[in-house]
Amino acid sequence: MTIMKMTGAQIICESLVREGVEVIFGILGGAILPLYDTLPQYPQLRHILVRHEQGAAHAADGYARVTGKVGVCMATSGPGATNLVTGIANAHLDSSPIIAITGQVARAFIGKDAFQEIDITGITQPITKHNYLALDAGSLARIIKEAFYLARTGRPGPVLIDLPRDVQMEQAEFHYPNRVDLPGYKPTLQGHPTQIKKAAKLINEAQQPLIIAGRGVIISGAYAELSQLAEAAQIPVVTTLLGISCFPESHVLSYGMLGMHGMAYANMAVDAADLIIAIGMRFDDRATAKVSAFAPHARIIHIDIDPAEIGKNVRVDVPIVGDVKVVLNALNKLINPTQHVDWVHQLDDWRKEHPSIEIRDSEGLLPQLVVRKIYEVTKGEAIIVTGVGQNQMWAAQHYCYNKPNSIISSGGLGTMGFELPAAMGAKVGCPESIVWCVAGDGGFQMTIQELATIVKEKVAVKIAIINNGFLGMVRQWQELFFGRRYVATPLSGPDFAKIAEAYGLPGLRVKHKSEVVPAIEQAMEYEGPFLIDFMVEPEENVYPMVPPGAALAEVLEEPKKEVTAWPRRSTP
Amino acid sequence: MATTKHTLVALVEDKPGVLNRMASLFRRRGFNIESIVVGHSELPHLSRVTIVVNGATTMVEQVRKQLDKVIDVVKVSDITGDDIVARELALVKVRATSANRSEIIEIVDIFRANIVDVASDSVTIEVTGDEEKINSLFNLLRGFGVKEIARTGRIAMTRGSSGPIQVEERLPKARAKKQKAS
Repeated sequence: MTIMKMTGAQIICESLVREGVEVIFGILGGAILPLYDTLPQYPQLRHILVRHEQGAAHAADGYARVTGKVGVCMATSGPGATNLVTGIANAHLDSSPIIAITGQVARAFIGKDAFQEIDITGITQPITKHNYLALDAGSLARIIKEAFYLARTGRPGPVLIDLPRDVQMEQAEFHYPNRVDLPGYKPTLQGHPTQIKKAAKLINEAQQPLIIAGRGVIISGAYAELSQLAEAAQIPVVTTLLGISCFPESHVLSYGMLGMHGMAYANMAVDAADLIIAIGMRFDDRATAKVSAFAPHARIIHIDIDPAEIGKNVRVDVPIVGDVKVVLNALNKLINPTQHVDWVHQLDDWRKEHPSIEIRDSEGLLPQLVVRKIYEVTKGEAIIVTGVGQNQMWAAQHYCYNKPNSIISSGGLGTMGFELPAAMGAKVGCPESIVWCVAGDGGFQMTIQELATIVKEKVAVKIAIINNGFLGMVRQWQELFFGRRYVATPLSGPDFAKIAEAYGLPGLRVKHKSEVVPAIEQAMEYEGPFLIDFMVEPEENVYPMVPPGAALAEVLEEPKKEVTAWPRRSTP
Repeated sequence: MATTKHTLVALVEDKPGVLNRMASLFRRRGFNIESIVVGHSELPHLSRVTIVVNGATTMVEQVRKQLDKVIDVVKVSDITGDDIVARELALVKVRATSANRSEIIEIVDIFRANIVDVASDSVTIEVTGDEEKINSLFNLLRGFGVKEIARTGRIAMTRGSSGPIQVEERLPKARAKKQKAS
């Protein structure tokens, strides 16, 4: 076998091809230039030039979440690398597998505050699963092999590779390793049999069991296993925000999302349950509300691949460390088919008494209605990519997610500006799917520049801006908890339809509810990207709501009040 | 929450940044590391780390799990409750005159310490032991005038034939073989 000599840049490209990479989101610069210069030799690697590096990281993240593959983003040293940081942190908190490749100044300049030098491995150390500073071209193949392996296995996460400029140009022998040698990294996939037996016993004995399913179910692809468990023992299922679409929401045992803006009946179910089966979720404070009052009557089984999540936030009676799919497969064999008729009736009664997501009649254009109509027009076939804040909660609540893995949202970090680039990444990853970006007028302006990218690259994302002229979720907190003092929340946004036009995609502005469906239909009929600016009721609140610091059971429901108008900015 | 002193031992890959990754997990939670000692282990490419930290048991357990997630950390254990041998080495430079030098030597002998350097107006003492022994030696020497102290921090190992960290079983067979061969 002849071993070829190649440059570092070629070794990286060869390795990326071997890892099955199809697309790279990035922006070049001096320190990553040798790598970019090599890209044309590898036409199978599609490069999408974003307009800000944050967009590259979010796009790689969105791509990774819809495809289950590793997303790749690339930037130059210094500001290019630091601009990736928010996107990397976002991927880290939501366990999304991305590889970030950054240029670095040449080895001789490292540590000397050279032009555009930054210690990006130091900066990203707490927000990556692992990172590398590649100090010789001979190590690149191994590093890329390890990076992809780390990113996608176990609990997935971002891995950053920092590449000094001269390492990209250095010659080395290329040999792509078949396996990785990481003695400190051995994710546990099989659950411990004794623990699984204990869990089965608790499930078989429970009177009021409840499943809380998280994104781990989606990552593991355990849709069938989850359904089997729920159906075998008639166990109601609620999900976390990122768990939405791991279980069909129209299923008779589905009781929606729990948490701060979860369904009242879902939260009441958690409060009343005698057994919680937490699957692939991490008891985030937005899901548990006041931890000391979380599931006060329940014993808790916690299934998660990350041992560090066990017992971190809540006491757990039966921890099972392992891959959700593998563990559920083993667990399901030990479950006695049973019925919990009274318990399910109880939940159904709560759902009738506390419908939580009924949309009231209103003259004005309600944001909830926009989401509902997107659901109706797309027949639930779309992938919804949300921003963060009220738009996110309405998108989570008022669309009925039956299709697996059909909502992409920034859960852990809560990154406004995630929506547009992530939707772009999702559409690039799943070009056959309908992708709707549900944005807020605040967050949308944080990464609005990616409109240029979706036009240039013909990425047919449909954009619905829920435009209430406020940083809406914060305004809601100000209204409810800060004496309605709207400090720094009113926004004066542009006419987004005109902005769209300027970027080269069609835009519509919708002010009346009668125009909602025609606008959505028009967007669907159009073959390219399309933007709709929905001018919704400015002071609409997200309900139900568990106030910060309260227990899940202390859920506030929508007060029967007239919507009072906040003097809104004049619309151009 | 009540804090107690914990001793963690870890086996880590000998790579740049490992110590930083480990230390930052404590920093993030506001823990003050009392001591951290790193040195070569019995295997090439692997270092052994001993960390002493004050903290609530649940928090230390959480950090231990996070440490275990660091890719370059092969294994980490909290050996606080175990039957362990723990030692520390200290160097103490003490003012000494011809009048009191013999008195200092006497104290050094009682503690089975050594004098490793003598100057006209000082002696430097090397002492090994647990923290209590070293502290009591300091207390006795203080009266003479301590000019400088340097302590290594604790290194520790469990008693008996097998430690909590069995290197061989954690390493892939191929790699273990490779290391034996080299």
